[in-house]
Amino acid sequence: MYSRLTKALGAATFGSALALSAAATPTLAQTPEYGGELRLVVGSDIPSYDAHIESTFGMIHPIRPFYSLLIRVNPDNPSSPTDFVCDLCVGDVPEPTNGGKTYTFKIREGVKFHDGTPLTSADIKATFDKLAFPPEGIASNRKAYFKMVESIEAPDPTTVVFNLSFPSGTFIPSVAMPFNFVYSKKDLDEHGYTWHQTNVNGSGPFKFVEHIQGSHVKGEKNPDYYHEGKPYLDGYMSIIAPKMSVRLQAIRGGQADIEFRGFPPKARDDLVSALGDDITVQESDWNCVLLVTPNHKVKPFDDPRVRRALSLALDRWGGSEYLSKIAIVKTAGGIGFPGHPISSTPEYLENNIAGYGRDLEANRAEARRLLKEAGHENLKFTLHNRGVDQPYKVVGTWAIDQWKQIGLDVEQWVQPSSPFYATLRKQKNFDVSLDFNCQAVVNPIADISKFLPSGGANYSDFEDAELESLYVDLLKAEGKDEQRELFAKYEKRVLDDLASQFITLWWYKINPYRSYVKGWKIAPSHYLNQSLENIWIDAAERKRQLGG
Amino acid sequence: MYTYIIKRLFMLFPTLFGAAILIFILLRLVPGDVCQLKFGGEGSYADPQQILDCQNRLGLTDPIYIQFLDYVAGFATFDFGVSMWTSQPVVHEIAIRFELSLQIAVMATLVSIIIALPLGILAAAKQNTWIDYTVRGFSIAGIAMPSFWLGILIILGLLIGSQAWFGRPWMPPITFISFFQDPLHNLSQLIWPALATGYRYSAVATRMTRSAMLDVLHEDYVRTARSKGLLEKVIINKHALKNAMLPVITIIGIEFAFLMGGLVVTEQVFNLNGLGKLFVSAVTQSDYTLTQALVMLVVAIFVFMNFLVDLMYAWLDPRIRYS
Repeated sequence: MYSRLTKALGAATFGSALALSAAATPTLAQTPEYGGELRLVVGSDIPSYDAHIESTFGMIHPIRPFYSLLIRVNPDNPSSPTDFVCDLCVGDVPEPTNGGKTYTFKIREGVKFHDGTPLTSADIKATFDKLAFPPEGIASNRKAYFKMVESIEAPDPTTVVFNLSFPSGTFIPSVAMPFNFVYSKKDLDEHGYTWHQTNVNGSGPFKFVEHIQGSHVKGEKNPDYYHEGKPYLDGYMSIIAPKMSVRLQAIRGGQADIEFRGFPPKARDDLVSALGDDITVQESDWNCVLLVTPNHKVKPFDDPRVRRALSLALDRWGGSEYLSKIAIVKTAGGIGFPGHPISSTPEYLENNIAGYGRDLEANRAEARRLLKEAGHENLKFTLHNRGVDQPYKVVGTWAIDQWKQIGLDVEQWVQPSSPFYATLRKQKNFDVSLDFNCQAVVNPIADISKFLPSGGANYSDFEDAELESLYVDLLKAEGKDEQRELFAKYEKRVLDDLASQFITLWWYKINPYRSYVKGWKIAPSHYLNQSLENIWIDAAERKRQLGG
Repeated sequence: MYTYIIKRLFMLFPTLFGAAILIFILLRLVPGDVCQLKFGGEGSYADPQQILDCQNRLGLTDPIYIQFLDYVAGFATFDFGVSMWTSQPVVHEIAIRFELSLQIAVMATLVSIIIALPLGILAAAKQNTWIDYTVRGFSIAGIAMPSFWLGILIILGLLIGSQAWFGRPWMPPITFISFFQDPLHNLSQLIWPALATGYRYSAVATRMTRSAMLDVLHEDYVRTARSKGLLEKVIINKHALKNAMLPVITIIGIEFAFLMGGLVVTEQVFNLNGLGKLFVSAVTQSDYTLTQALVMLVVAIFVFMNFLVDLMYAWLDPRIRYS
């Protein structure tokens, strides 16, 4: 019922910023310098240049600097989930009118695409029409995010009006998504809607120079960039390096300056140990969570007592302490991004949700009791997992050990990504699987549609009218308090009453990089703040570190 | 001879066709497809309609026999299609990586020949002496040690060594520049993987050279040459070596073909944008068109190298004629 609403609905209009941890303060107040080339390493190849259809950081990191967005997460405050600023629009991000159903954006004048074509409201309209209402046969991976959009108008060259069919707090976060590259209407009209898959023409801080498939992407400074004084770099080179050890050693060995996705703690420690102060580290909670998805259609996982027992067996607090030393996970949290104003606090989780209590022995005694009651004391099953070390296999192995503590016999079935997804989404021939929910802009109410049976991305295969009803209420809730209360009820239903799915740990983003790279600030997602326009190179420091 | 060459060329077709059928079936036995990965690979919501549209566009929903006929027809007309992952022509994807893979294969082969021939001959000539034992130990270590592991050791050695001696850690470049554009950059990147793979390759060739030389050195005609008072150097270089080369050339040919597409892990370790790394990407991304083309390319290289080796046999041993 709500599958089409997956990302379209929800409301996250909370104003307070998150306090995200930072292991080291990255920058002192220094005057930015111009010049230099940033060499970044990316662990994934580029499927196509068209962000409207892609969902990988392997495209965002090298290609995002060529494009502009209508609005974006504030590059000076990217850790805040609610601080959005204009990129191609002017002034502040507009407040809605017409009872929350109309948003009017004033567009910057004098902006040009890299081919020299002036950018006007017609380009914004064409872009969002492509995203929200793609013609038949044309893909848009963001279509569902704009379900609330009824029409888009461009009454004059500097005005764009979005008319919504109903007020929605997810509209602004959806517009700010880093995948919404603004394309030239002329390109769409002349070359068609698939042209951007293999061609680049943006209006961003850098211009496309070359892409050698499997090797690198090069960009050079756009001298006509509309944010005054930016970018600082002369250019950048995004080097494709699928192996984590290569990316790590490339930074250590002076062949690369930074990697934006994140390294495990051991890699950070190795770099810091080898290079000391030549390495800066920024850390943050990550808007990605690893969850356990039992297949409700497979016995005995149709029994909530069994699912609840599995959740009770996990020592999340201990896991947080130990796993955070070896894997890119850390925070024990509920279904909402940890620290967000509507997410549950650790104290609440501890006292109200199965598996979060601090008394591990009591949790496990209860788990054994439930299994006995359900007649599955010596349950044997297979944990389906993705063949990626960080953090899937590490957390999968940990979970198996945790379940062993209550007498369960669990084997791990690891598959490469492609068959992993086929099993999870199509074949559904698994007992229990690890699954994940990784989002760009933090938008908890939209993000938790992952747990909704009809949400389209829930692979545990069950139905629950109460959960559906709670989600609808949550979408319509206006005040913060009401939203928080309904959010907690929804969470309790998912994690406690039904234990339909349950959380292991939230991911933790660790970015160690060469300390001559300045101006970049970590965000709670590896998709955000990747235009590179704020980054500059301390040339003297670079020379000291690398020579030459 | 010409009849033989024509016969061998015709034998290419059933070999390639057999490989084509095999890879087509094997790829489709693995669950999952490129559209699932493209649209939901990062764990985000994947619109089923969008995935279906993608599958339709790529022909993945066509009946298997239609897919196979398309595939065979494409190969027959040298139309290898476009990569399902990047939408770039498959020929382009392979062409931009071919130079690097070819250079590595040539360099590793040279490293191997330079090491293997003298050591193999020396070990045979000094059989059961400390020289022979040392060479055998060296070659057994080369066979036992995977080249990717040696590659990792080389990188770590360079990082630690350069930091200890020069105060700054250094590792080889991780982007490829053609030898003709920047020979220094090119060699400083490729010499290390060539050494890592060349060592393992040389270990196999050393053992084969030693064994073949020992066989030949015990032949009657060698004994006759010795009894005539010929110098050992002359006996080895003029009479024994050429005959001992037949199995060595077979090994070198097969290994060369292997290096063209089989450096899967070593290319990852050194971040070489070659055919091996492309192979891994194509398989993990369920990119059928690219994987199929790569397999066919490697099969063609193997068949061609075997063919060349056969021709070399005739050149080295005049008794061998293929008429």
